[in-house]
Amino acid sequence: MNIMTLVNALPGSVAQGLIWGILAIGVYITYKILDFADLTVDGSLGTGGAVAVVLIVNGVPVPLAIVCAFLAGCLAGLVTGLLNTLLGIPGILAGILTQLALYSINLDIMGQANTAINVDKYPLFMSLRFIPMTILKGVIVVALLIAVLYWFFGTEYGFTIRATGCNSNMARAQGINTKKSTVIALILSNGLVGLAGGLLAQYQGNADVNMGRGAIVIGLAAVIIGEVFGELILGKHLNFSGRLAFTAIGAIIYFIVIQIVLWLGLSTQNTKLFSAIVVAVFLAVPYIKRASKNSFRAAAKKSAGNVNEKGGSENA
Amino acid sequence: MLEINCIKKTFNAGTINEKKALNGVTLKLEEGDFCTVIGGNGSGKSTTLNAVAGVWPVDSGSIKIGGVDVTGLCEHKRAKYLGRVFQDPMTGTTATMEIQENLALAARRGQSRSLKWGITKQEREEYHELLKMLDLGLEDRMTSKVGLLSGGQRQALTLLMATLKKPHVLLLDEHTAALDPKTAAKVLELSDKIISENKLTALMVTHNMHDAIVHGNKIVMMNNGRIIFEASGEEKKKLTVEDLLKKFEEDGGASTINDSMILG
Ligand SMILES: Nc1ncnc2c1ncn2[C@@H]1O[C@H](COP(=O)(O)OP(=O)(O)O)[C@@H](O)[C@H]1O
Ligand SMILES: [Mg+2]
Repeated sequence: MNIMTLVNALPGSVAQGLIWGILAIGVYITYKILDFADLTVDGSLGTGGAVAVVLIVNGVPVPLAIVCAFLAGCLAGLVTGLLNTLLGIPGILAGILTQLALYSINLDIMGQANTAINVDKYPLFMSLRFIPMTILKGVIVVALLIAVLYWFFGTEYGFTIRATGCNSNMARAQGINTKKSTVIALILSNGLVGLAGGLLAQYQGNADVNMGRGAIVIGLAAVIIGEVFGELILGKHLNFSGRLAFTAIGAIIYFIVIQIVLWLGLSTQNTKLFSAIVVAVFLAVPYIKRASKNSFRAAAKKSAGNVNEKGGSENA
Repeated sequence: MLEINCIKKTFNAGTINEKKALNGVTLKLEEGDFCTVIGGNGSGKSTTLNAVAGVWPVDSGSIKIGGVDVTGLCEHKRAKYLGRVFQDPMTGTTATMEIQENLALAARRGQSRSLKWGITKQEREEYHELLKMLDLGLEDRMTSKVGLLSGGQRQALTLLMATLKKPHVLLLDEHTAALDPKTAAKVLELSDKIISENKLTALMVTHNMHDAIVHGNKIVMMNNGRIIFEASGEEKKKLTVEDLLKKFEEDGGASTINDSMILG
């Protein structure tokens, strides 16, 4: 185990983390703001990748292809949103349905399971062959997105989404069309996921029908890790833009950790197992913390303690 | 201002859980009327208010607010006519948003929302003054998340939000029932003050017969999804708790009454 192999691999983890950070920010919008566990993500990431790669290969300018990846993601979010609000399908199921449908659609878009794209032939926006440039551009894109989202969620429109996510009864009583705000949030979120897919495909040099498998778990991991670190470092001063920034940082930390465990000898095929365990642990910790403070066993112990004390004083 | 015309509502029709919650409720409120609603548990008080708010469509009958027939409008479209405060202090506000942001949401009730800032500087100053009126010190915590407030503070804030933009009708559904007696009295007093100062038309459900007699200029009593007694003006002022109990007995509703309604 040569430490240098790890050190050399870290810039790549940062670059990857930044791209997945865009996805994680999308997940933050649904999971944290809208309170909607949206599994569309596993499909819309691939859609963004497929759309971007196929368009670029067919001669469409790269920036335009990236915009189209974003829009394709938006469309996926729209479908989930309509399944949920118009047809009354529960959120998780609506996401799963769209995700499944997208698997076929992604194959249709590419006409094959994997489409390669060569950075030597096309002026790609980012690539693992140019990692420093990718990191620089990744930071700029993430910063721009955070600025735009900070603005958006501060607008009247953004307020309606936040209110819908937290208390839809209250939102409706304030005249907010909660179905509409749900759909808009899903569109926005999956748009970002599509964008992440478009960038990720360029970065790794191909779009693959399986590239989104487990993406939601990585997104959640980033959100949760980011939250833990954000609160640890900034505490009370962690505002909305800080939370978004830490979500992207969470994604970077996630990929660095993955790199480290790979270096320590975890096999590549087990990274998804590792991710699932990490997310399960992070999700469970707050619950267990609360439960241990508020458990029957603790109550029984305290009650037993009181009886003993009383008994003791009586004897004295 | 509010015309409820023979509305009926059956929940879970055709199942073993079928429940006729409203059996033809008719009620008319003039502008400035403050009507209290009493009745036993399950008599249809909340259901009546929910029908007005459009939580679901009624089976038959009609509802007019300020002359507009709103029977066919869904909840968020009706919101522009209504201010609402709920029994559960959690329901009326958004916990994860700031006090001032909650007020800003309420200030735009019934307006189409755009990409303008959700709250302006001028609004902040206005809200500061309004919150002072509550006398709860909330004016110094405008950027605190509402989730940090106590139940009473949240109800007071909800009341302010419900009346920030003058509603055609203010709906109060046992909005003090979840509060401790002292806080409940304070919130009720505040409600009275806001209603009279703004000359609001209000419909207030209360669990407490004494409160129902003391507040407002009109009272209705419900049982089994119907209004079984109605009084206003001088007639209402003369009512006593005993009178109301007798009315209940006459209608066979006495069993739905519990001590808290009498004792407060
Ligand atoms: N959404 C609903 N679905 C089914 N039953 C309901 C619903 N809302 C109210 N009910 C029933 O209608 C009856 C009247 O309820 P409600 O109006 O809440 O009574 P209260 O007078 O105590 O406010 C009760 O039997 C209640 O269980
Ligand atoms: Mg009720």
